[in-house]
Amino acid sequence: MENINLKINGMAVSVPKGTTILEAAHSAHIDIPTLCFLKDINEIGACRICVVEAQEMRGPALGPKRLVASCVYPVSEGMEVSTNSPKVIDSRRKTLELILSTHDRKCLSCVRSGNCELQKLCKDMKVDDECAYEGEKVKYEIDNSAAHMYRDNNKCVLCRRCTAVCEKVQGIGVIGANERGFKTSITSAFEMGLGETSCVSCGQCIAVCPTGAISEKDYTTQVFEAIADPTKHVIVQTAPAVRAGLGECFGYPIGTDVEGKMVAALRRLGFDKVFDTDFSADLTIMEEANEFIDRVKNGGKLPLITSCSPGWVKYCEHYFPDMTENLSSCKSPQQMFGAIVKSYYAEKEGIDPKDIVSVSIMPCTAKKFEIGRDDEGRDGMADVDIALTTRELGRMIERAGINFNALPDEKYDDPLGIGTGAGVIFGATGGVMEAALRTAVETLTGEELADVNFTDVRGVEGIKEATYNVAGMDVKVAVASGLANARELLKKVQSGEADYQFIEIMGCPGGCVNGGGQPQVHASVRNFNDIREMRAKVLYNLDEKNAIRKSHENPVIKELYATYLGEPGSHKAHELLHTTYVKRSVN
Amino acid sequence: MSSKICSVPFNGTAEQEAELLKVISERKHEKGSLMPILQKAQDIYGYLPIEVQKIISNEMDIPLEKIYGVATFYSQFALNPKGQYKISVCLGTACYVKGSGDIYAKLQEILGIEGGQCTPDGKFSLEACRCIGACGLAPVLTVNEDVYGRLTVDDVKDIIAKYSE
Repeated sequence: MENINLKINGMAVSVPKGTTILEAAHSAHIDIPTLCFLKDINEIGACRICVVEAQEMRGPALGPKRLVASCVYPVSEGMEVSTNSPKVIDSRRKTLELILSTHDRKCLSCVRSGNCELQKLCKDMKVDDECAYEGEKVKYEIDNSAAHMYRDNNKCVLCRRCTAVCEKVQGIGVIGANERGFKTSITSAFEMGLGETSCVSCGQCIAVCPTGAISEKDYTTQVFEAIADPTKHVIVQTAPAVRAGLGECFGYPIGTDVEGKMVAALRRLGFDKVFDTDFSADLTIMEEANEFIDRVKNGGKLPLITSCSPGWVKYCEHYFPDMTENLSSCKSPQQMFGAIVKSYYAEKEGIDPKDIVSVSIMPCTAKKFEIGRDDEGRDGMADVDIALTTRELGRMIERAGINFNALPDEKYDDPLGIGTGAGVIFGATGGVMEAALRTAVETLTGEELADVNFTDVRGVEGIKEATYNVAGMDVKVAVASGLANARELLKKVQSGEADYQFIEIMGCPGGCVNGGGQPQVHASVRNFNDIREMRAKVLYNLDEKNAIRKSHENPVIKELYATYLGEPGSHKAHELLHTTYVKRSVN
Repeated sequence: MSSKICSVPFNGTAEQEAELLKVISERKHEKGSLMPILQKAQDIYGYLPIEVQKIISNEMDIPLEKIYGVATFYSQFALNPKGQYKISVCLGTACYVKGSGDIYAKLQEILGIEGGQCTPDGKFSLEACRCIGACGLAPVLTVNEDVYGRLTVDDVKDIIAKYSE
């Protein structure tokens, strides 16, 4: 490919044609600050934070210096760029001062304080006076209508990262810029509350918001209160992906496994038992593999589509209501865990289930919606009482003054703390499929797998397909993550173009490791690193290290079926572990 | 959240819907056809209520929010129908200086609607306009073809009463 030679801050740089100034500078180890820019998602050059002074060749000589948006401006031969001249810094500072003029500057109590991209830019660009421009301000009502999050437009900078991710990555588009000029705000159609729209609660908008304008509903206080209540037995489960993300809240590099420290921290927070959702991921596989085999053998509805991701389930109900029968009737691992805690575990330990407070730590915001669904829970009792995100756990640990980095590695409690390698990979796209295949293939063939690694379904590509010959039968599977990809895949199924028997869909791109409840990663890092891959690696390493890598070999699962549930798909299993869906409209 | 869904009941007919569907099917595959389709929809219905925007959203496979974003960006698109009596208050320089802003505020208060909206019974709609060339009578408002000038805030109640029977 043709290379372009240019100078950045006087240094010679050579990059492929078509590279932007931002990318060229990054290759020379200069990170130009950005605000609205999200690679491949929001490339609109709107906020003007990334401006640089650029001179381009005009005939034989250099043309005049101009301020250009480096995120979208391509390099040209002989170009000279200055990324930090006084004029550049001054321009960025003015832009920030103008943004601040209508910004709710309650930074001290803001959930993003310390991790806010706007705050960091103001500090870096030496904005000395937050009140440089005082003028008309619009007071926006906070939108509390959704189960999982709130939107506070008083802190919105109109960067449109949230609307871009909602529309392009998730194919939903329930938020967008409405009105114009000073009156522009990011809201839903007809100013409906988010809870009235077909928002699926995935939280990808939260994950990309640079400020505190969008955040999950915080239930940390309720958890502290439950722990302090001596009449309550408070148990906690942690989803697979949390251990791959939580470390980022405490300065660890992306992709650090902090399982042991996380368990130690939860114990020090005062939870009575620290359990692992990996266990109920294994349970999900037992039920789902059984359901798959049953549907294949008895002419049930195919393709069977996984139901672990509540964002995906809600998406299916809104946008593909005709396909809800394809959804597995299995509850998600979070909900199965909750159901087992308030039945099997409560009986075994002799605790009244009404005295149990069941808390989950999830990389997900849709889990907050899921716990309140009408079709979950039993006898007026919720399966899970409080669902927290990874970020909320990070805040709890900080509030409690626990020195996370100094903690020893500790192990989960028995008996619901034992999970297999198949359970832990649930947190990455393709993981549920791989785990299900490990169990389904051995069940169908009656033979032990020579190799438990189904690598075709691994990786961060949006849509993956594979065909496996199992006991003389071709099993066609597909895996999609990110709902725009799911939509593309399902359209093919609907049109008859594809004839899969089994599909895994995760609402968030890359699966739960990149869930809407995971620590926010600054755009400056996101734009040049694949955080999905970095976090997923943690889970695949844990799988490899685990002595047990198949769900049906989990000893606790075996005992649960032998002493309580009977067999997969039994009446009791259905009562506790399966659910129903509804058809919803699009708004 | 205070919804902007129009409180005037939607009275679209089957004929209007058929006409809209025809326009959409003719043009939906053209690039950039949303704007002309919205314009045509407004010609057909007089305004763009949620019912109409939803038809366009479903047929064109464009999120409702995106359509609403376009409809609120351009001031020529209306989310509310015009009332039986269309009240326009001049906010041009002369009228404004003479206090038409207060008159406009009083009308919003009495009618219980904001500028650009229509009362739920479909009787009155309210909007601000710029100079209508009657500066000598400032401040001025019009109700359909009737012009009222040299107004004070106290006159507003009587004007509304006149059309309320």
